[in-house]
Amino acid sequence: MAEPLLSIRGLEVTFRGAGRPVPAVRGIDLDVAADEVLGIVGESGSGKSVTSLAMTGLLPGTAEVRGSIRIGGVEVTGAAPEVLRHMRGRDVGMIFQDPTTSLNPVLPIGRQVTEGQVAHGLLRTAEAPGRAVELLAEVDIPDPAGRALQFPHQFSGGMRQRAVIAMAMAGRPRLIIADEPTTALDVTVQAQVLALLRRRQAATGAAVILITHDLGVIAETADRVAVMYAGKIVEAAPVAEIFARPRHPYTVGLLKSLPRLDQEARRLVPIQGQPPTPGAIPSGCSFHPRCPIGAARERCRSEEPVLRAAGPSGVAACHFTHEVEALLAATPEANAAVSTPRAAPAEPLLVVDGLRVHFPIRRGLLRRQTGLVRAVDGVSLEVRAGETLGLVGESGCGKTTTGRAIMGLIKASGGSITFAGQDITRLDAAGLRAVRRHVQYVFQDPYASLNPIRTVEEIVAEPLHIHGVYDAMGGAGRVARLFDLVGLSRTMLGRYPREFSGGQRQRVGIARALALEPRLLILDEPVAALDVSIQAQTVNLLMDLQAELGLAYLFIAHDLSVVRHISDRVAVMYLGRIVEEGTRDELYARPVHPYTQSLLSAVPVPEPGVSGRRIVLEGDIPNPASPPSGCAFHPRCYRATARCAEEAPAFVPYPGLATRVACHHAGPLTADELPAAPAANEALA
Amino acid sequence: MSASQRPALVAARRVLARKGAFMAASFLALMAIVAFLAPWILPGDPLTQNLRHALEPPSAAFWFGADELGRDILTRVVYGARTSLVTAMGAVTIAGLIGVPIGLVAGFYGGWRDAVLMRLVDVILALPGILFAMALIAVIGRSQLAALVAVGITGIPSFARITRAQVLSLRRRDFVIAVDALGGSASHLMFKTILPNSWSPILVQVVILAAVAILLEAALAFLGVGIPPPTPSWGEMLRTGKSYLYEAPYYAVLPGLVLTLTILSLDTLGRTLATVLEHRQGSTGEPEPEGQRL
Repeated sequence: MAEPLLSIRGLEVTFRGAGRPVPAVRGIDLDVAADEVLGIVGESGSGKSVTSLAMTGLLPGTAEVRGSIRIGGVEVTGAAPEVLRHMRGRDVGMIFQDPTTSLNPVLPIGRQVTEGQVAHGLLRTAEAPGRAVELLAEVDIPDPAGRALQFPHQFSGGMRQRAVIAMAMAGRPRLIIADEPTTALDVTVQAQVLALLRRRQAATGAAVILITHDLGVIAETADRVAVMYAGKIVEAAPVAEIFARPRHPYTVGLLKSLPRLDQEARRLVPIQGQPPTPGAIPSGCSFHPRCPIGAARERCRSEEPVLRAAGPSGVAACHFTHEVEALLAATPEANAAVSTPRAAPAEPLLVVDGLRVHFPIRRGLLRRQTGLVRAVDGVSLEVRAGETLGLVGESGCGKTTTGRAIMGLIKASGGSITFAGQDITRLDAAGLRAVRRHVQYVFQDPYASLNPIRTVEEIVAEPLHIHGVYDAMGGAGRVARLFDLVGLSRTMLGRYPREFSGGQRQRVGIARALALEPRLLILDEPVAALDVSIQAQTVNLLMDLQAELGLAYLFIAHDLSVVRHISDRVAVMYLGRIVEEGTRDELYARPVHPYTQSLLSAVPVPEPGVSGRRIVLEGDIPNPASPPSGCAFHPRCYRATARCAEEAPAFVPYPGLATRVACHHAGPLTADELPAAPAANEALA
Repeated sequence: MSASQRPALVAARRVLARKGAFMAASFLALMAIVAFLAPWILPGDPLTQNLRHALEPPSAAFWFGADELGRDILTRVVYGARTSLVTAMGAVTIAGLIGVPIGLVAGFYGGWRDAVLMRLVDVILALPGILFAMALIAVIGRSQLAALVAVGITGIPSFARITRAQVLSLRRRDFVIAVDALGGSASHLMFKTILPNSWSPILVQVVILAAVAILLEAALAFLGVGIPPPTPSWGEMLRTGKSYLYEAPYYAVLPGLVLTLTILSLDTLGRTLATVLEHRQGSTGEPEPEGQRL
């Protein structure tokens, strides 16, 4: 192996704030060779982002860095600011998570892309505009000459991230650090950006460090993987090896807690407990309290394992590596409540018919209405008692607005919503209040949805007080039983939300939603903000609660794997409309709408080498204020014909399946519609 | 970690942990206590004249000297603190009780209520405080009430605007929508969910307006249109003291010093509160150390 481009030895990062010093990175060794993509996986708090910031010397002043980081033979730790600045511009390019905040809103894109080069004296000012156009063309931005003069707000999310990639690559850096580069993007756009990143990497031969929590992205993009936990690398191996035969119990746990598109539905096996906070890392092996192997072992509790060779070319930090294989093979208990399509009860609990929610756009001094955002434009769906309907779509498709309109939080502009046989769109405030007892909402962000100045007991009791049934429903005892139900300890009752982790807060949110014994829960991305292992715990909890309490769920999400895991039926939304709806198994096995097909094909599968053939959709989701004519999907559709641009398709049953679909050319995917070769490899050639 | 402490207590502790704020708060607390207990701890009366001691320099009997009518200056400064304190509390109460509900309703409902209420507030905002106070005094005569009401009314816009801004940003937060989704009534949302989360900037405004009120009261008295004599007032003492600046320089010094320290303390406290509360708001998320959720 050639001399590594990046070499990290014994890196430790400690934050010294007001309180005790907090170790964020606790001694890692890492090598990355030129032309190699190293994936770093870990949950929040594992120290992966801190590591990447340390490499570029971008850590805040409160961070104390020890150890050695050498990039191309130059020591980074303790280097003078001038050396670092030089290095950042020429040797290292960075791609951050959120392209909306990593671009300067007042500079034209073209100038930003070459700004660094000009500042480093690598490019003359006169040549900069021409070079900018070249760079934008290299990242597939259409009309690069025109786009170079535009500002970030005129770019869509995916285009911005391409511009950021162009900027990072402008100086032909030898190392690119990409920190969650696609986390803020939709799945179809993520596929484009990953393919692009891979292609540019191959073209320039740069080394890439890809930091992500998404194992699918890793499997698809990385050559080698390092798994981080509690500030240390616990396992590192080539990508194929780590997915096929992981050697650390934590890696096994991550893989087993992941809902997957490519496997039969099974009960998820979450890693028990919560990830440690850097301020309170367990003694010995930091993973032992959550480990099925080490939890009861004295050695794991007292002695910290070191990274040792494990497998053909990997390393793992575990005292009992040889036992890990058995762990991977072990299947969960047989009585697991796997969601199976139930016999449909006759009466639907919730019927939404032709729901429309339009927001006026007002401009100018007189606030005259100049347009209409058709956030939801004719959505029809049904949820039966005790079943889960998954509502999937990318950001901006109107799925959250649909959920909130059903809840009565946003006024519907048209259509009807019937709950338990009663039309609730025309109810007055008192009537709506009564209905709301039976329909409850769980929010995406557990950090924002709990009132920070109330104890969690007060938060869970609030619905009981609002409806004046606190004493009637058992008062404090009821709240304590709700805590038991969602798996929270009663000792936590008097605490404030800030003292809880994300997964625990989401449990508080669920307990609050259950307080009034509702019949329908609207779950708006309830696990999207949670780490993989916590996500699995929450999904299992939701499925257990459904089985126990006979709840109906409207499960709104963008993650197709999670939706497949939890749903009985699935509806796919695009730009304010449902384009396809069917039973879970049919929809995932035989999607007939081109949008569903491309969505499913865009999901990165956590299995290296599997997902070669993929439909990569062009462009972005259009603005719902000016949707395309006819079928809203036609500008991105590979089956679109002249008819699609003129006539909006009706939402009708598809012959032979229990599926309803809105497409003029609905039908299963044919072999010649898939690209012949994997997009990434094509570019390599 | 401080387990399960009320967020308000945590914030208070953080404010007092700063040296400047601690000293300011101590000074203000001392002033308030002395002013409140004045009749019991001070031997003299602020109104007792004794012309034989007129303009007497500081001595064992008159620690800070005596004024032109032989009254003890220290006693009058302490009683003057009562005047200032009452004016400040009264003005803040008026401004808060009217301004906060205006902002709450305007921000919560929006639409025509917002337009009407906030235009009304703009009208008040256009009134220069001291001129408005003098006009009011011209109508209802010199009294403590006039100064207090004038400052209170001119303080309404700041409370209304700050509260409205808070409501507008909180209204879209998930935890407020959550209560809406539970079926909480408008008053429940406004008074039990939004208002308790809005106290930080309102509290800062209370401190700032208190300083403004004290200063304005002193200014009115200095101009001779404030609280009528013989009631002791710092501004009135400064006004008379300046006539004897050569014969009895100590006359104006003590009231001036106490006034300056009071305003300085309120200002320090206000600024520290703003810094600490803002920081707390920013980190309502995890109790994590920085650098973890990068």
